[in-house]
Amino acid sequence: MRHIISVLLENEAGALSRVAGLFSARAYNIETLTVAPTEDVSLSRLTIVTSGTDAVIEQITKQLNKLIDVIKVVDLSEAAHIERELMLIKVRATGKDREELKRLADIFRGHIIDVTESTYVVELTASGAKLDSFIQAIDAGLILETVRTGVCGIGRGERILKSLIRANCRTVKEIP
Amino acid sequence: MTMMTGAEIVIRCLQEEKVEYVFGYPGGSVLHIYDALFKQDQIKHILVRHEQAAVHAADGLARSSHKVGVALVTSGPGATNAVTGIATAYMDSVPLVVISGQVPNAYIGQDAFQECDTVGITRPCVKHNFLVNDVHQLAVTMKKAFYIANSGRPGPVVVDIPKDVTAAKCKFEYPETIQMRSYNPVIKGHLGQIRKAVHLLLEAKRPMIYSGGGAILSNGAEQLTRLTRRLGFPITNTLMGLGAYPGTDRQFLGMPGMHGTVEANLAMQHCDVLLAIGARFDDRVIGNPDNFSSLPRKIIHVDIDPSSISKRVKVDVPIVGNVPDVLEEMLRLLDAGNASPDPEVLAAWWHEIEEWRAKQCMKYRMKKSIIMPQYVMEKLYEVTGGKAIVTSDVGQHQMWAAQYYKFDEPRRWLNSGGLGTMGVGLPYAMGAALQHPEMQVACVTGEGSIQMCIQELSTAKQFRLPIKIINLNNRYLGMVRQWQEMFYGSRYSESYMDSLPDFVKLAEAYGHVGMRIEKPEDVEPALRKAFIEHKDDLVFMDFITDQKANVFPMVAAGKGLADMILTEDL
Repeated sequence: MRHIISVLLENEAGALSRVAGLFSARAYNIETLTVAPTEDVSLSRLTIVTSGTDAVIEQITKQLNKLIDVIKVVDLSEAAHIERELMLIKVRATGKDREELKRLADIFRGHIIDVTESTYVVELTASGAKLDSFIQAIDAGLILETVRTGVCGIGRGERILKSLIRANCRTVKEIP
Repeated sequence: MTMMTGAEIVIRCLQEEKVEYVFGYPGGSVLHIYDALFKQDQIKHILVRHEQAAVHAADGLARSSHKVGVALVTSGPGATNAVTGIATAYMDSVPLVVISGQVPNAYIGQDAFQECDTVGITRPCVKHNFLVNDVHQLAVTMKKAFYIANSGRPGPVVVDIPKDVTAAKCKFEYPETIQMRSYNPVIKGHLGQIRKAVHLLLEAKRPMIYSGGGAILSNGAEQLTRLTRRLGFPITNTLMGLGAYPGTDRQFLGMPGMHGTVEANLAMQHCDVLLAIGARFDDRVIGNPDNFSSLPRKIIHVDIDPSSISKRVKVDVPIVGNVPDVLEEMLRLLDAGNASPDPEVLAAWWHEIEEWRAKQCMKYRMKKSIIMPQYVMEKLYEVTGGKAIVTSDVGQHQMWAAQYYKFDEPRRWLNSGGLGTMGVGLPYAMGAALQHPEMQVACVTGEGSIQMCIQELSTAKQFRLPIKIINLNNRYLGMVRQWQEMFYGSRYSESYMDSLPDFVKLAEAYGHVGMRIEKPEDVEPALRKAFIEHKDDLVFMDFITDQKANVFPMVAAGKGLADMILTEDL
């Protein structure tokens, strides 16, 4: 099963490699990983898309929690959430393809953000699956380059992942 | 407030932490620190002969005492040599602070002389590590290092300090306590879960207690013993947990696992309620997890590390917490409810266990002219009155020591259970001997393992450590030979060691006492001579033992616990 795990961690040198190293050392799978500082620059927020059995996902969250730099871990996919990914895709745009690609970008609510005589760069923000279908919709021979950020996600409504800068901020999941 | 250099700050922090011994080896990047060490006399530095031994010795000191072990190594090769020691401590959750020098900040990343990415190399085998690039962060980082190493599930912490930081100056302020928003280990167990556990224990028809290294690391042996006696249940201690419950007690079934006793393994396998305490259902303990899980039994698991719970075996009642706190709470609930297990039900279970015990699976055949290694262990136990600190290396001798030396108290048995590092025995004994000068310290080893850190005989001489080395010399890498005999058609590929040194002369060359013992009747007199006559000397006893002796019982790798191979020739 595919899971989106959000991690709040200290924005410190090496913190990211601790997370990445954990996944490779314990043979967990990473589909995508994104990381950037939050509104509080001392914290980074990391989103990992992974897959595994329930037991594996339980271990992943426990092992992440065990890292000293990790403040909070939440499996976003356990409840209502939104996920988005940004893609920049450079396509060969000449002749009749120019019009077709423009139309396709519009359908997917993408923007053409760079135009030359022979190329477009389309910016598209959507779920990962939708980005995949955009790629599918284009003639493969026209794609020159794609770059994707990986998934970032957030819980819906009042579900908030924030550090309570108090003593007992570390959540340890106890299985009922 | 006076200004101090980074080097002075490091030493001051160690003093504040009441560190008595630092094991280390100097080099370019730590020269400032060694200079600061020279100018004080509170902390004693033990100069080892190889950095790996520095970390092992600090580890041995920590295992034998519940203190944080401290090692000091230089950058580059100093740090890489320390890695095996760090990984060994990590696998067995031993609290260590390892200070490594680093090239100056301005040189980092330039492939400078003796530069390596210490933080990167050690990352997967430490509880946490730090690179301190600013002297103002040094004291607080040292405080964090000690706090992290010795709280929660303990483990090694590396503090990597560039040389310029040890020369830079700042005011020294050492925080008394530390708070980290990202690190707050759970101590008290969940009361509801503990209640559920106690209920299960009281209802059990075939209960079993299985405790591991966590019971010792948390100083929970006393509570474990009280709870076990209060319930009257059978108990087994893992290799890492030996001594948490008295090894001579009737309720103790011996060690479980690959070389565990019949009674311990069958009781683990056939119990209906298993109380696991500070143990991790390791592959050497439960064998095949699918086979183990195929029988219906309820498992209660007490551990301070949530990630240990339901890792290899699905657990029914998880309790995250510190072992002594949780067990104390269990005892309180039992007393409050004035509850005890049904004695008749328990008697029937004990009857079954006694039948298993009657098989006497540890029996071995004595030989007239060849020393049996098991016999040496039995005699070692007798001669030391069961009161020695026993360290071991890794292999057959380790298993025989664990099987035949009965540990009645915790922190008396030091070995590398998790990583299985050959060569730890002698440095462990050094750490233990320094920490406990009043106690007898025996290092049980083999001719393979001892040569992996043999250079430390020199350190032992310099610091006059009266360690007794029991070398079970069968001219083979015994455990490898045993597996080759059993599973590889007796093709002894590279397990025979030719050209062994004359260990007596070797010991004498280092200034110690050497003995060679070849006959069974000489075993006990030699041990007595070593422990009594040569009480204050390091004695290297080279016991020439039976080359064919194998460790039994044995559960082959990947097999179920009930699938034991017993001594073939009895």
